[in-house]
Amino acid sequence: MIPTDWLGPQEWQAVRLSLRVASVATLVSLPFAIAVAWLLARRRFPGHGLVSGIVHLPLILPPVVTGYLLLVTFGTQGPVGSLLKPLGIVFAFRWTGAALACGIMSFPLMVRAIRLGFEAVDPRLEQAAATLGAPRAWIFLTVTLPLIVPAILAGATLGFAKAMGEFGATITFVSNIPGQTQTLPSAIYALLQVPSGDAAALRLVLVSVVIAMAAVLVSEWLARRMAGRR
Amino acid sequence: MLEVVFRHRFPGLALDVAFRTPGGVTALFGPSGCGKSTAINAIAGLLRPDQGRIALDGRVLFDGRTNLPPQARRIGCVFQDARLFPHMTVAANLRYPSRWRRGAARDFDRITGMLALEPLLHRRPGTLSGGERQRVAIGRALLSDPALLVMDEPLAALDEARKAEIMPWLERLRDEIRLPILYVSHSVPEVLRLATTVVLMRQGRVIHSGALTEILADPELAPQLGAREAGALIQARVEGREADGMVRVATAGGPMLLPDLDPAPGQVLRLRILAHEVILAREAPRGLSALNVLPVTVTRVEGGLVQLALGQGPQHERMLAQITPRSVKALELQQGTACHAIVKSVSVLPS
Repeated sequence: MIPTDWLGPQEWQAVRLSLRVASVATLVSLPFAIAVAWLLARRRFPGHGLVSGIVHLPLILPPVVTGYLLLVTFGTQGPVGSLLKPLGIVFAFRWTGAALACGIMSFPLMVRAIRLGFEAVDPRLEQAAATLGAPRAWIFLTVTLPLIVPAILAGATLGFAKAMGEFGATITFVSNIPGQTQTLPSAIYALLQVPSGDAAALRLVLVSVVIAMAAVLVSEWLARRMAGRR
Repeated sequence: MLEVVFRHRFPGLALDVAFRTPGGVTALFGPSGCGKSTAINAIAGLLRPDQGRIALDGRVLFDGRTNLPPQARRIGCVFQDARLFPHMTVAANLRYPSRWRRGAARDFDRITGMLALEPLLHRRPGTLSGGERQRVAIGRALLSDPALLVMDEPLAALDEARKAEIMPWLERLRDEIRLPILYVSHSVPEVLRLATTVVLMRQGRVIHSGALTEILADPELAPQLGAREAGALIQARVEGREADGMVRVATAGGPMLLPDLDPAPGQVLRLRILAHEVILAREAPRGLSALNVLPVTVTRVEGGLVQLALGQGPQHERMLAQITPRSVKALELQQGTACHAIVKSVSVLPS
């Protein structure tokens, strides 16, 4: 058994919450990231630059600004938040809000990585598939998507790492409520605000490093396995 | 029958293409950059021409209003770079079309057998040689149940040894499958071995299309194939073997003797007689080492190339002789002149 008592219950809570928030943020935004990356890589349409700009906005804006914009849009009084509230979907001051903030902040990184994958796929392979009678959606599923799996893994890892470390937008949007919205970075920040928190903060920092390393290693292992099957 | 008429503008090249193919193997022949690949992309539905009409066996593929997607055209494509799916095995590549082209699935064993693909089925394209890759690409295209097979320089990326390895498969394809084939090439030896009809292209235009034998014996068109390649392709029937081992064959212009040959009597051969291997004489020559002297009639004189008729009536064939304009003058050659063609060497093409 791995000893678990070297982290306090509140610290474990932060670790678990962070893993959950980052996983949900990554998995939910991944299909959208693939769709937007495909749109940007393969389609030329009016407003292409605008879409690209909006997708990249969270990367360029100060995270606090993104968090504030989320708060005024998805808060209970905000235009989207007030619409969703009757449906039982509330983001403000919930872990789901943290996941939304993390998803939005990591979105541009995922899109960039996956877009490079789409651009590296030889469109002539897809043309060959078309001459063999396969419909376009089938070509996408059986030729394009399998060929960009390494790029999708890279994008997902990058997104997961970003979501694990997201701080500014999360704390602005959903605050820093232990058990609800206190992720690892927020917990470390909170611990550093109190005189006796240094040791616990250091322990959480170590946990962050281990999780980040593990994510990178797993994704590289997966990518190698995929490449080995070529 | 494939009917193609289209115009398309690229920066730097305007295409104006029109030809029809009667079936069999049609070679689309021309130098690199003359628009051959654009033409086949338009036929396969991978490029939308500015205007025109493309029809296959009476089925309109493109005419401005209609523009069938590649999926609906039933044109099998073999590309120069094979374009196999790198993440699938050879077997999965070959079976890829079967989900959408049901007619092809039942041919799987026959086609993998014909192309000797069984030993490769579990390999990945990345581990195949260039020649093997092309064979798989040919098999995959055939298994898409095509009404026309388009091959875009399928041998151009291969070295001579690999070309020699693939060529017999292409000949089997032509003789066994009886599928119309449009074969894009800028290689004369490939065209000679495979094609019955040739479409000559130059700088985005079709300058001539017709039977291969006709083009080879046309003093104006033959040089388009390359200066050294002008010369006729004629038929010969094996009659028998002489006491000294030479094989006697009958041609439209009379008997000829060929060395180094082991054919069955009655077999029909295709003889390639290059224009620069033919000497003309006004009178029957005597005391010559050359064995084959055929009576011919001049039908056309075009620069240094003289077109000759071999034999008379509907059975006649044409050949070319390359001689200098000075000799044309000295021998007073003109249409209708009877003379003797001394053939220095003949090569036999498999038929």
